[in-house]
Amino acid sequence: MATEQEVRHIAELADVGINTEELARFTHQFNAILDYFDILDRVSGDTAVTRDLYNVMREDLVEPSLPQEEVLRNAAAQEDGFIKAPRVME
Amino acid sequence: MSGHEITFEPDDRYNAFLTTCRKAPHSGGKLAGVAVAVKDNISTRGIETTCASKILKGYIPPYDAHVVELLRQSGAAIVGKTNMDEFGMGTTTENSAFGPTLNPGDTGRVPGGSSGGSAAAIAAGMVRMALGTDTGGSIRCPAAFCGIVGLKPTYGRVSRYGLIAYANSLEQIGPMGRTVTDVSTLMGVIAGHDRRDSTSHNKPWTHTPRAGIKGLKIGIPQEYFGAGVDPKVAAVVNKAIGRLEELGATTVPCSIPSMEYALAAYYVTCTCEASSNLARFDGVRYGPAADLKKSWHEAFRDVRRAAFGTEVRRRIMLGTYALSSGYYGKYYAKAQIARENVKKDFARIFSEVDVIAGPTMPTIAFKLGEKSDPLSMYLSDILTVPVNLAGIPAISVPCGKAGGMPVGLQIMGRPWEDERVIDVAYTYEQAVT
Repeated sequence: MATEQEVRHIAELADVGINTEELARFTHQFNAILDYFDILDRVSGDTAVTRDLYNVMREDLVEPSLPQEEVLRNAAAQEDGFIKAPRVME
Repeated sequence: MSGHEITFEPDDRYNAFLTTCRKAPHSGGKLAGVAVAVKDNISTRGIETTCASKILKGYIPPYDAHVVELLRQSGAAIVGKTNMDEFGMGTTTENSAFGPTLNPGDTGRVPGGSSGGSAAAIAAGMVRMALGTDTGGSIRCPAAFCGIVGLKPTYGRVSRYGLIAYANSLEQIGPMGRTVTDVSTLMGVIAGHDRRDSTSHNKPWTHTPRAGIKGLKIGIPQEYFGAGVDPKVAAVVNKAIGRLEELGATTVPCSIPSMEYALAAYYVTCTCEASSNLARFDGVRYGPAADLKKSWHEAFRDVRRAAFGTEVRRRIMLGTYALSSGYYGKYYAKAQIARENVKKDFARIFSEVDVIAGPTMPTIAFKLGEKSDPLSMYLSDILTVPVNLAGIPAISVPCGKAGGMPVGLQIMGRPWEDERVIDVAYTYEQAVT
């Protein structure tokens, strides 16, 4: 059972934000889904999952990359060929 | 032969397309001049690709997905990008930031999802074939609801390079078309190895559909005809299976006990993967501009709250929660064991039968707005998600109507036996048309 406070915390961790108006509805729906997920408690078995996967190796070859202007074209803010991002330090 | 183009000016009354290319260029090849639509989560160089999300409005990919490169080489004319549930998250195509697609068979109903635009475009006769993607049923569900054919290939058969990721370990690009032959033809273009997808296998497609199923053993899982499956849908599918018996197949009752928790395992897995995959959308490299005056947490949060739809935010939050400290063992770890159990159930059944058959969806197409509660929408994926958890191939082929709406027969096969799945569907299709 997740509380409204926890749902708000998760929204913060995930950087998706949550409005006060939608918090109650979100929490209610969140809990209905988590209740359904509880059926996984009945799953028994080894925790070591076997996977029929194997590594595929290749040489690390240098190849042409996309032109800088094409890569930057979708960025909203840029300067001197770099993408501008919000500051990380307060 | 190059430098040709076709004109594409469809009457898109069903909102199947997010972008149409009025003049669609094409070269020569086996699909020379054939109009092909592409789901809007598959990157197309120079053509806007939004995943039906406001957060990618205006995004023009600088490169083609592998399948789009192959389409262009085959001579196909890419005529547009089709509507979908935002980032593939939905079963109805109502979760599109640009309005729902309507079912061409009944405009008061949904086309299914998330590849609803591709299915509706084919059903309405706007294109003969289209690409979709299937993470938990997103090709097969709209194929069933719109009365067309859709194949979810074996995981690894088609490169995911250039597919904007939602849940990497589950999703595959696949062909959709009016007929099994069209689906097979499109599969011949897109299947094969690509070193840019590390899960890609070298299994190209050289198959031509063949009718004939004498001696074929078909498993009929009891769970596909149990509680939650509309009896009218079950009756139509049972009749279709009866037809397969008349054509020389034998049926064997079977059971997939892990289906009890397959849906929960699926939703835990896909939301966890989504919470990681969708972290890249923050308004910096693409999307609406982040406010550079704010701190990065605030800036990203504001962009994502404003530009992601409700269902996308819900799934990111569910995945974040399930992966958070203290809950990992309860959700993600358990889901992976459940996933292994689904695989084992299929392997056991496939040691005795050649294919498994049942309904694609438990009901006919929902009315618009009918699935407003998220959990009830998730529950409608129960018959399609086991295939994605196991990575096996499955097709949906039209098999009649219930309540005036199309019903899909789902045929599931062993890993890498996509050809056999196609042949069974082809045999049925040829017998009834």
